[in-house]
Amino acid sequence: MVEATTTQFKSNVKKALVDKQLQKALAGIKTGFVHNRKIASERLEEFEDLRDRARDIKTHTIQHLDAYLEIYQQNVEASGGHVHWARDETEAREIILAICQSVDAKTVTKGKSMIGEEIAINDYLEENGLEPIETDLGEYIIQLRGEAPSHIIAPASHVSKEQVADAFRETHKNLPAERSLEEPDELLAEARAMLRDKFINADVGITGANFLIAETGSSVIVTNEGNGDLTQTLPGVHIALASIEKVVPTLEDTTTLLRVLARSATGQEMSSYTTFSTGPRRAADLDGPAEYHVVILDNGRTDLLAGDFSEMLRCIRCGACLNHCPVYNSIGGHAYGWVYPGPMGAVLTPGLMGLDEAADLPQASTLCGKCEEVCPVRIPLPSLLRRWRDQVYVRDLGDWQTKWALKWWAVFAKRPALYHFFAGPKMQFLGWWARKKGHLKYIPSLKGWTRNRNFPAPQGKTFQQLWKEKRK
Amino acid sequence: MTVASPNSGPKVGLFVTCLVDLMRPSIGFAAIKLLEDAGCQIEVPESQTCCGQPAYNSGDRQNAKDIARLVVDAFEDYDYVVAPSGSCAGMIKEHYPKLFADDLEMTPRVYNLAQKTHELTSFLIDVMNTQDLTAKLEQKITYHDSCAGLRELGVKAQPRQLLAQVEGAELQEYEGAETCCGFGGTFCVKYSDISDHMVKQSVESLAETDAELVLGGDLGCLMNIQGKLSRLQDEGKETNLKATLKVRHVAEVLAGMIDTPPIGEADG
Repeated sequence: MVEATTTQFKSNVKKALVDKQLQKALAGIKTGFVHNRKIASERLEEFEDLRDRARDIKTHTIQHLDAYLEIYQQNVEASGGHVHWARDETEAREIILAICQSVDAKTVTKGKSMIGEEIAINDYLEENGLEPIETDLGEYIIQLRGEAPSHIIAPASHVSKEQVADAFRETHKNLPAERSLEEPDELLAEARAMLRDKFINADVGITGANFLIAETGSSVIVTNEGNGDLTQTLPGVHIALASIEKVVPTLEDTTTLLRVLARSATGQEMSSYTTFSTGPRRAADLDGPAEYHVVILDNGRTDLLAGDFSEMLRCIRCGACLNHCPVYNSIGGHAYGWVYPGPMGAVLTPGLMGLDEAADLPQASTLCGKCEEVCPVRIPLPSLLRRWRDQVYVRDLGDWQTKWALKWWAVFAKRPALYHFFAGPKMQFLGWWARKKGHLKYIPSLKGWTRNRNFPAPQGKTFQQLWKEKRK
Repeated sequence: MTVASPNSGPKVGLFVTCLVDLMRPSIGFAAIKLLEDAGCQIEVPESQTCCGQPAYNSGDRQNAKDIARLVVDAFEDYDYVVAPSGSCAGMIKEHYPKLFADDLEMTPRVYNLAQKTHELTSFLIDVMNTQDLTAKLEQKITYHDSCAGLRELGVKAQPRQLLAQVEGAELQEYEGAETCCGFGGTFCVKYSDISDHMVKQSVESLAETDAELVLGGDLGCLMNIQGKLSRLQDEGKETNLKATLKVRHVAEVLAGMIDTPPIGEADG
């Protein structure tokens, strides 16, 4: 199991910043996803209006979540499926294992699911003698490498193609040494060949769900590889894994959200495959599972619903805030230490794990606002980060140096006369000290600044001093 | 409080900002010249220090409120409040109302103040309709859009419309203009290495243009960018970084007050 390292954020960051392979990969995200989203959003005239509607749909649903979840459950059951409620990760794991054991399952194929990551379902199934196989290429790669995803829609975006080839050579037993694995196509063919048998022989297929539609009792997945479809239609049992905030009132609402989802995520108009699953296979269906289960996880979300962070439950997991975040683009996803990275992770992780476990995450942002600018459901991420900071301050979970430096600053900032009395001479001294070069290379009290940058010298007297002199 | 100009235009309170007060008063004087030329009567309340943003962004709401109250007291009677910073103007305009959301006495006062508070370049264009600046500058320039000004206040076109009036100034946009430089207030000290990584990207993007001068509307970001440029030049690491790339606040250029050395440079 990949242990959470949210409390070691600062050392994670140090490692990430000097990881050359990671830095190269991050540069790719910036040019790819960001560029494509820009084109896709500009091409659709009503994109900004759609974002408003998407926000409104999610806000409305979250305000009436209990009602929509009940309607959803009724409609799943009416179509012959089963809904299971899991209060936490332990309950979710046990429910899934029990379903698998009820059909004597040996192997389980998996579509991409962030909830699957959240409850670490693969580890649990393995511990209980089952073989879980990730079928999304990125997830498959990181499963082989024993890693957590570094991005919520591109889980292996930190891995180079050479590293993928290495992982395949290490784990694919029948792979001839002379087989070339240099080109992406060759890697894809190898993964496809390995996965084909797994798809056909799997006893249970687990997928995530981008949306749960209350009106129809359907679960919806979007993929670009078609792996999700094979995962949910070929095995005898399909388990869709979702969290409570994934429910959406109607099919019409779902299409509105789909129109902003792919554009925000990858810049596609739609993902290659959008698949709606409603109940198990019916008599006239050509394919589909004999059993259809939906496991709906709470895991702390109800608490968010009632508090200051309910807006976070609008998130549709597009990853745009990660792609556009200059902090994410500097340190990558693993540095955040758990399942959800970037701005959305910095807000959600403390909510799900507890602030004590992740107090650094909401601090590590310049609040530049780019995330809010691109969020398809207009989550005010910087405001939510500030709300966590309020709690970090009140509960004294931050670092004491900053806290006391700011308290000291406030002593002066609240007393203008005192402030101006001390500020003038101090600036004149600094200005005099730096007079030769116009900047300082080292200031003991500003080591964080001068470690990496020169400090431009003050001009000398403060504005208030000069203004006073001028008015005399 | 002293009245700076005898004319009868709107009465403007200049919110100097702590960084300009402490680090670079020339920006304050440039702002005053621009505002006076636009016909405003300027006052500079002495009871101002800081807008309270460092405390606000660090979760210290009590100190943020105490400081904000001082600002409200000092500035609420002016026709307008202008700051040579998108970040500080954004704090007053966008965040004071949130800070006092549960305070019935303060709410109308902060909304009143928020409505009449402006970032300098947007005030000159949107309110004063400044048309014919007399400044000259024979240089290739580029502009860094600071995050709060850009995203909280929508300041983008205004500084460019003003720079277009500066004779000889040739604006070349750079790709990273809208990307955060990594300053972020206390962030740049607390997460120095992430901040460094971000400012390096900004500086690399700047080096891709032919610009000789980087301008912006927020001194914090400009100090960060200049500090990095200067350090890289010291280290001699970046061969493509023109040692001639200088950094100034946009107000200095617009006011034609460029006799002081650029940010981080010595006299002579």
